[in-house]
Amino acid sequence: MLLSLAQSALPIGISGVEKRFGGVSVLHDLSLDVAAGEFLTLLGPSGSGKTTLLMILAGFVRANAGSIKVGGEEIITMPPHKRNIGMVFQNYALFPHMNVFHNIAFPLKQRRVSAAETAERVERALDLVQLKGLGERRVDQLSGGQRQRVALARVIVFEPRIVLMDEPLSALDKSLREHMQIELRNLHRRLGMTTVYVTHDQREAITMSDRVAVMNAGRIEQIDQPEALYARPTTKFVAGFIGESSFIPVECRNDSVWYEDRKLRMAAAAPSAGRHLMVVRPEKLRVIDGVEQAGDVNALPAIVGDVIYQGDSFVCYATLKDGRQVTLRDYCRSDVLAKLPAPGEPITLGIDAQDVVLVADQ
Amino acid sequence: MSIAGLRDNDGRKSALNVHALRADAQRESLGLLALLSPGLVLVFAVIIVPIGWLFWLSLFDEAGQLSAANYARFFEQASYIKTFVTTFKVAFVVTGACVLFGYPLACMLSQLPRRAASICLIFVILPFWTSVLVRTYAWLVILQRKGLINSWLIDLGVISQPLPLANNFAGVVIGMTHIMLPFLVLPLYASMKTIDVDCLRAGMNLGASPAATFRQIFFPLSLPGLASGVVIVFVLCLGFFVTPALMGGGKVIMWAMRMEQTTSLYSNWGAGAALGVVLLGVTLALLGLFQRLLGARATGVWSQR
Amino acid sequence: MSMENSLPISHRQRLWLYALGGLVMLFLIAPSVIIVIMSFSGSTLLEFPPQEWSLRWYESYFGSVEWRDATIVSVKVAVMTAIVATPLGTAAAYAINVGTLRLTGAINALLTASLIIPVILIGIGTFFLYARIGLNNTLTGLVIAHTVQALPLVVLTVLSGLRSYDMNQEKVARNLGAGRFSAFFQVTMPQISFSIVSGALFAFITSFDEVVVSLFISGGETTTLTRRMFNALRDQIDPTIAAISTCLIVLSIVLLSAAQLFGRER
Ligand SMILES: Nc1ncnc2c1ncn2[C@@H]1O[C@H](COP(=O)(O)OP(=O)(O)OP(=O)(O)O)[C@@H](O)[C@H]1O
Ligand SMILES: [Mg+2]
Repeated sequence: MLLSLAQSALPIGISGVEKRFGGVSVLHDLSLDVAAGEFLTLLGPSGSGKTTLLMILAGFVRANAGSIKVGGEEIITMPPHKRNIGMVFQNYALFPHMNVFHNIAFPLKQRRVSAAETAERVERALDLVQLKGLGERRVDQLSGGQRQRVALARVIVFEPRIVLMDEPLSALDKSLREHMQIELRNLHRRLGMTTVYVTHDQREAITMSDRVAVMNAGRIEQIDQPEALYARPTTKFVAGFIGESSFIPVECRNDSVWYEDRKLRMAAAAPSAGRHLMVVRPEKLRVIDGVEQAGDVNALPAIVGDVIYQGDSFVCYATLKDGRQVTLRDYCRSDVLAKLPAPGEPITLGIDAQDVVLVADQ
Repeated sequence: MSIAGLRDNDGRKSALNVHALRADAQRESLGLLALLSPGLVLVFAVIIVPIGWLFWLSLFDEAGQLSAANYARFFEQASYIKTFVTTFKVAFVVTGACVLFGYPLACMLSQLPRRAASICLIFVILPFWTSVLVRTYAWLVILQRKGLINSWLIDLGVISQPLPLANNFAGVVIGMTHIMLPFLVLPLYASMKTIDVDCLRAGMNLGASPAATFRQIFFPLSLPGLASGVVIVFVLCLGFFVTPALMGGGKVIMWAMRMEQTTSLYSNWGAGAALGVVLLGVTLALLGLFQRLLGARATGVWSQR
Repeated sequence: MSMENSLPISHRQRLWLYALGGLVMLFLIAPSVIIVIMSFSGSTLLEFPPQEWSLRWYESYFGSVEWRDATIVSVKVAVMTAIVATPLGTAAAYAINVGTLRLTGAINALLTASLIIPVILIGIGTFFLYARIGLNNTLTGLVIAHTVQALPLVVLTVLSGLRSYDMNQEKVARNLGAGRFSAFFQVTMPQISFSIVSGALFAFITSFDEVVVSLFISGGETTTLTRRMFNALRDQIDPTIAAISTCLIVLSIVLLSAAQLFGRER
């Protein structure tokens, strides 16, 4: 029954999906595998094709090409009502002419579940989303958060193989949104359904997901666990989209990487020859003095610009020799502050070899 | 990021399921077409086919020879020319009268608070949905020789002889104005409703006088609605039949009446058809021009309530 | 109550505007009011206000076999037209609203053609066609011709209902396991029922009030009320028509308020 989803969760295999809207290509040869029971988030800027991909999964938008396999079965041309994929829409789309109970019972009615079982399952679904006793309410008598829960209950009540959610929390205010994030996450832990979640809020993506797929202009730029995505972006877009970063141009020749005339010390292997960008996160930079220059630290001489105090921490903008600006952030500890020169004075910034991340320079 | 996929001879990646997806799309299109087809077939059979047939007929003269005689007639016979002149005259006068009466009414409706406006709107919508025949009959009763207006005026001693109000040009114009007015007021009112108050306030704020605000802001913004009302009224006037037939007293022969006479009375299908073809051409040309200039569909009148 | 859209004009000008607007409203409504009042007149003279009151013109209407038959024909045709045009128009509006079909412009133009093509041309054309397939003076012929004229109204009304309806709901329903038809009937239709009912009522009125086409294609046993009225008016002004007109006006009011009431209920 409701708690048996973990066993029935199915993997999704998306490959070679293409979508054009009248000549304009919106998804380019997109492939993605979602493991059974995984919580995967599609993250990307507006217009990157997240909704389109979700709609293709649910069967409301027809791809121009591609394959979607659920548990090995091809579903790309299957009509939506046979897919058994539950979808939560952004505006919930509850049926206003039915009360909460009938909204949630709707999928069961379509499956000709007996009245007694329907009542029982709806009751349990209401319980799961913490709406016990609200079955007789009219939809317009519910708050935003309650509507959200009804929409969720309506989907989980029929135990879909897969659940899709398109920015389900975007209409809620901040505190409710954070609360619902935790609730959704817990629900997923409990029920274990394969979930594809869409958001353009990176914080939400990072706190909720097993893995995050970063989409940009109809392509998946990178797909990885949230920490890895932050620590080891593979493209400039991902590095810039997730968290803050400055980019420093470097060049790779003879199997080593050069920043101007300095050889970079780095933990990872050198990439292919040519121009690259070093991704510099504000918190990975620190102020170093001459002594520290040995070892596994790269030194970057710079001139201090503005320093902005933010209470517990500060942000320092510094200009490198080539005129490029980098940002440094650190906590306001006295030893750190002591090393910080006044604006306009030279400074040496250090970045550890293991923090050096290079991405291609497009 | 390259995906393992088959490459065909050209080296292009051959996309997955393209044919199945295309077939699926076609299936869906066919389904939708099936929903449309009963309506489309009916319209096609009852409107397009007969009109096409009439057009074909209009190309032959009475002897069955292919000729432009049916059309040449329009330029040669004075009676036809007179019909066209009358028709356009009526259409212009009625359209003008509708603008004259309709603009203040729409203006007033747009100024009223919502409730009052929706009550007053009943005065426009009820006639809109009342039979043309009923309204024409009413005007006959009011305007005829022994009708209400004349008997009142005579009773009051204003006139001694009844005024010729019905069975002439004036009667046709009055009756048709009444019938066409809602067609002008409804789109005009809709467009006035959408005029942004802030626009007007801004106008005032920038130092424009009330008259200038009206002339330079309100009036231009109401023009699209006025234009669609004018076009629809004019076009409907050109092909109008009932009121001129009943109130023209046989003296005001309009285009549609001419068509009816030619076909029913004289059974001259070729000539009647030619009249119809030209009427349709003029109508479509006007609507097309309107659509091109303003990018709006004139049939909008019927979809707003 | 606040002015939502105030023209910055003085009180005097506003008074003038309202006076003018009021006069136009009077012009619009007066003929119907006069006819309704005169239908209760007791004399054959058309005098206003009537000197004596009676129901004689109603008796003359309901007492006459011809008028009664014509009314029955009109009601039959109008009911049939509403029954045929409503589902056809709703189906067409649905298909147009999905919006994936090519040639939507042409389809729209074709479906709304009867609103802009001069009715006289439709009348002559239909008569011409029916003469060849034997549909003149038949109920079927009338219903078909009226359906074609009522169709655009149903399509436009339902379409405007569909446009203000959140199509996502139907998607949700399909996602939750309802097929396309089932989703339409369970979720979409209950929510656009106001538009569908309005469309049906408009179809009914359109058919009932239709004159020009009926003039050509109805006759004999199937003479419609409007055709009989038209012919009667050509000859002389019979006060019976005032009674009939009153009935038609009342019918319009009843149907329009039915549509409004139905809309308020939802
Ligand atoms: N029905 C459609 N017709 C034409 N273009 C469309 C259609 N639907 C989406 N698009 C286009 O496809 C692109 C991707 O849209 P999509 O809705 O998938 O973006 P998204 O990533 O969900 O964005 P958002 O974060 O704003 O929701 C956009 O450029 C959009 O304009
Ligand atoms: Mg989206």
